[in-house]
Amino acid sequence: MLLIRCPYCDESRPEIEFRHAGEAHIVRSDKMADLTPDEFERYFFLRDNRKGDVYERWRHIHGCGRFLNAVRNTVTDRFLMTYKAGEPRPALPDPQAQAAATEGNGQ
Amino acid sequence: MSGNAYQGGANRLPGKGRLTPAKTVRFSFDGRILTGLEGDTLASALIANGIHLMGRSFKYHRPRGVLSAGAEEPNALMQVSRDSARYQPNVRASVQEIFDGLRASSQNRYPSLACDVGAVNDALSPLFSAGFYYKTFMWPRTAWNKLYEPVIRRAAGLGESPKEADPDHYAQRYAHCDVLVVGGGLAGLSAALAAAESGASVIICDEQPEMGGALHFDTSIAVNGETGFDWAQKTAARLAFMDNVRVLTRTTAFGYYAQNFVGLTERVTDHLALPSPDQPRERLWQVRAKRVVLATGAIERHMVFPGNDRPGIMLASAARIFLNHYGVAIGAKVAVYTACDSAYEAAFDLQDAGVRIPVIVEARDRPGGTLLEEARTRGIEVLTRHAIASTKGRLRVSSIAVVPAGASGKGRDIEVDALIISAGWTPSVHLFSQSRGKVAWDAESGRFLPGVNAQDCVSIGACAGTDDPVALVEQAVEAGLDAANGAGSEMSGRPVIDIDHEGSDAGSWSAGLVGAVGAPESGKAFVDFQNDVTAKDIRLAVREGMHSIEHVKRFTTNGMATDQGKTSNMHGLAIAAETLGKPIPQVGLTTFRAPYTPVTFGTIVGQSRGVLFDPARKTPLHACLETNGAVFEDVGQWKRAWYFPRAGETMHAAVSRECRTVREVAGLFDASTLGKIEVVGPDAAAFLNLLYTNAWDKLEPGRCKYGIMLREDGFIYDDGVVGRLAADRFHVTTTTGGAPRVLHHMEDYLQTEFPHLDVWLTSITEQWAVIAVQGPQARDIIAPFVDGIDISDDAMPHMSVREGKICGVPTRLFRMSFTGERGFEINVPADYGQSVFEALWERAEAMDACLYGTEAMHVLRAEKGYIIVGQDTDGTVTPDDAGLSWAVAKKKPDFVGIAGLKRADLQRPDRKQLVGLKTKDPTLVLEEGAQIVADPNEKIPMTMIGHVTSSYWSENCGRSIAMAVVAGGRSRMGETLYVPMPDRTIEVEVTDTVFFDKQGERLNG
Repeated sequence: MLLIRCPYCDESRPEIEFRHAGEAHIVRSDKMADLTPDEFERYFFLRDNRKGDVYERWRHIHGCGRFLNAVRNTVTDRFLMTYKAGEPRPALPDPQAQAAATEGNGQ
Repeated sequence: MSGNAYQGGANRLPGKGRLTPAKTVRFSFDGRILTGLEGDTLASALIANGIHLMGRSFKYHRPRGVLSAGAEEPNALMQVSRDSARYQPNVRASVQEIFDGLRASSQNRYPSLACDVGAVNDALSPLFSAGFYYKTFMWPRTAWNKLYEPVIRRAAGLGESPKEADPDHYAQRYAHCDVLVVGGGLAGLSAALAAAESGASVIICDEQPEMGGALHFDTSIAVNGETGFDWAQKTAARLAFMDNVRVLTRTTAFGYYAQNFVGLTERVTDHLALPSPDQPRERLWQVRAKRVVLATGAIERHMVFPGNDRPGIMLASAARIFLNHYGVAIGAKVAVYTACDSAYEAAFDLQDAGVRIPVIVEARDRPGGTLLEEARTRGIEVLTRHAIASTKGRLRVSSIAVVPAGASGKGRDIEVDALIISAGWTPSVHLFSQSRGKVAWDAESGRFLPGVNAQDCVSIGACAGTDDPVALVEQAVEAGLDAANGAGSEMSGRPVIDIDHEGSDAGSWSAGLVGAVGAPESGKAFVDFQNDVTAKDIRLAVREGMHSIEHVKRFTTNGMATDQGKTSNMHGLAIAAETLGKPIPQVGLTTFRAPYTPVTFGTIVGQSRGVLFDPARKTPLHACLETNGAVFEDVGQWKRAWYFPRAGETMHAAVSRECRTVREVAGLFDASTLGKIEVVGPDAAAFLNLLYTNAWDKLEPGRCKYGIMLREDGFIYDDGVVGRLAADRFHVTTTTGGAPRVLHHMEDYLQTEFPHLDVWLTSITEQWAVIAVQGPQARDIIAPFVDGIDISDDAMPHMSVREGKICGVPTRLFRMSFTGERGFEINVPADYGQSVFEALWERAEAMDACLYGTEAMHVLRAEKGYIIVGQDTDGTVTPDDAGLSWAVAKKKPDFVGIAGLKRADLQRPDRKQLVGLKTKDPTLVLEEGAQIVADPNEKIPMTMIGHVTSSYWSENCGRSIAMAVVAGGRSRMGETLYVPMPDRTIEVEVTDTVFFDKQGERLNG
């Protein structure tokens, strides 16, 4: 079971308190009614589903109830960081910092 | 056996082993009463009693004895029971401890273990080569159901599953620690001690009844001046006494998951004759450790040669455990076949105990160190560069035929009654690999060792390839100190663990052999004993095109039995690599998966069974409905009143009566399960404008509206009546099943897309009990109880909501209807639900009204063509498809689903649209889900143009009614369509969806 840090509660909590909510940083247009079919396809249907580091949304549904964003590696299942919804997409930690994070991952 | 002076069995050697001769235990095997000693495993007790034949193999039904003395055992699997409800198949005899009254029986044999008719498979074995199932049972296809599957099912599997419910209970615990040490051998204990004395919190677990690991058999290592095993017991006791340490024996770490989360299963009572009923049978530990120290040891491999599976042939380390720990001699004339130095120590121990060693067959040029000389000094004949070409003995090995390596011919026969074998040791990297660490091939020692760590763990001792005891303790202490430091412990100190390795001058245990000896073309040289996979099978698989080890594994089933190939995987890999002409690391290793050894379902399930399996949600009115004879149905986790049969009434009669009574008088219905969400705030209407297709700005406080919620793709997600209580306060209802996801959906948009809106969302589903009162007499029923609300039609028309009091308690009173009758939905605080219901029902009953359940509710709403989201819609239905385009506001600039609805495909005129169906024969009730066609004579596969979504007998219409989605349905009014069923084709006429009171006059009384 994964431990996920909730940026609102500022605590690492067990995965069962959370619910996955899809890819993060997909912007809903403020002119939805004017979207072309292609734009709608990109917005609604197409997802990268990348192998490696992904930005994704989670909700601390059995905790504070807030939606949060996370960077998770889909190969190792490691959470590189979590941050509040609405915050800009952070740059990925550099590989050295990632290695350091790996060392401390048991925390 | 009773004639024997020695109670623990004829092969028990006085003065040997660590068990107490006075403590005898009586158990049975295949009905025969036997005596063993307390602390014996089934395997050691059987061998003590001269029994080597313990099972039959899976495919060929070959007689098999025990191969190992540990968790890796592939052969000696038994049914073990203590009573009729408590029996378990596939128990490893080498692991199960005996207790008074234990009953064991062999498996996979008929009529008896010694005489098994299934053994005919062995003679027919040319038919059962690798991939036999894939090749043989392909054709003809029709034979599958009638012939192949029943026969295979009968022949498949080992043992029988219990037929009674498991009477035991199981516990589950979470634990956190600085350091989790897996394995309680020399390495694990040393690491645990170092970490514990530094102040770290430590959990150490070991699968065996006592700590010690290889010290169970390796008597050559002394620690701090005492025997290694005694040191291990004292160290375990010392650790157990410390407040910061938990010592778990009989506890297997079976799974290593993300972020140092490790699953342990502790067997609490399986070794006890009379367990206390208060004790759980097993306990699941879910441990989160800052650092995991893997000290999981190594597993000895067998030699792969023809006839290597006869009872009496076992691993050298197993013979040594039986002798040094259990005091049991596995035979009187024990030969040795080895490619590893450690087997010599086993031979010497046996010889010292008085067992004759007729020969050591050494596959290599010579053993390490001075072993050859020592063996010869002891008078043991050693044949170097020799191989065993075959063995004899039907139910136990009786002789071996020895040939020079590479030579053919019959060879020299040597009489034996047991044979010990060793091809070297495979480090147990299972948990390391499960942690997603990468193993690395060490060419020099010919083994896979832990490489790059994926998690915060460290491998020490034999599982890390460290053989020398002095180096091993050094490594373990460092690991323990480092783990404690990493966890923030500041105490320093270093335990004193002095090793005196006195044993024979053994060479490295790492030297060994993987793969088969030579390339024997005749005879069965078993690689995987449990699944009966031979060296030949693996070569055949490669020749037939299986070039990936994962394919070889699945084609041959090598390593796929309950032992998961602990002894066989490396051999299989080596043989495949040799056949492919590739180096081993290029062929790759199959994946290690959890669990390490089988885990009972009970341990995994824990308390989550029976009534605790899933919560049952009951409404505040549940007890009243039960008193009034309700039959309940499950709707998700809810228990809902389904119908209220009177004495002698069928369900059909009850539902018909309830439907009729509601329309003639009135009915009371428990609507408490409907989802309810309070939407509050200055921007509440703006928020609902975005979440529902309807426009909310103009809805006056005190009025209600039916709302439709879409997903972004334009399909209906949920619906419900929304009442506006005040300018900034809405009472939103959802479908019963949709309540949690609708709130989640709303929260998602509020928090992430429309965070600028000042709105609060609160689930109030369980705060309000809801009593629907529906029917012409509805207002008369409730009138005397209502305070401060004018409920006349003029003051409170259909689709309005008022706050006031009923029976003296606060209410949100809705004038709404899901039946088409004049109706009210009375919301009262949940705690008052029962008393309000009782007051209303007392009056309603006297007025000849009824209670009605969900079935009648379904019929009544279908008579009016009201849809149920999830029944008449399926996630591909738009508001227009459902005939609800009136509910989609045309002028709103945005709402969830506005873009999706504009897609060309959602505008097609031939989309499936909701219509009514009337069967030509009014007595026929269609089946929900039945497919609809336009041409009943079309050849199969017919063109299906829709399906029935709702279908009932309508007592009020005097006929059956149905709703359906049909391609271009609204343009087919009056058309005849067909519903083909297995026994006939039913003619239906397409109609609109309103079957009763088409003008809707009854809503207003």
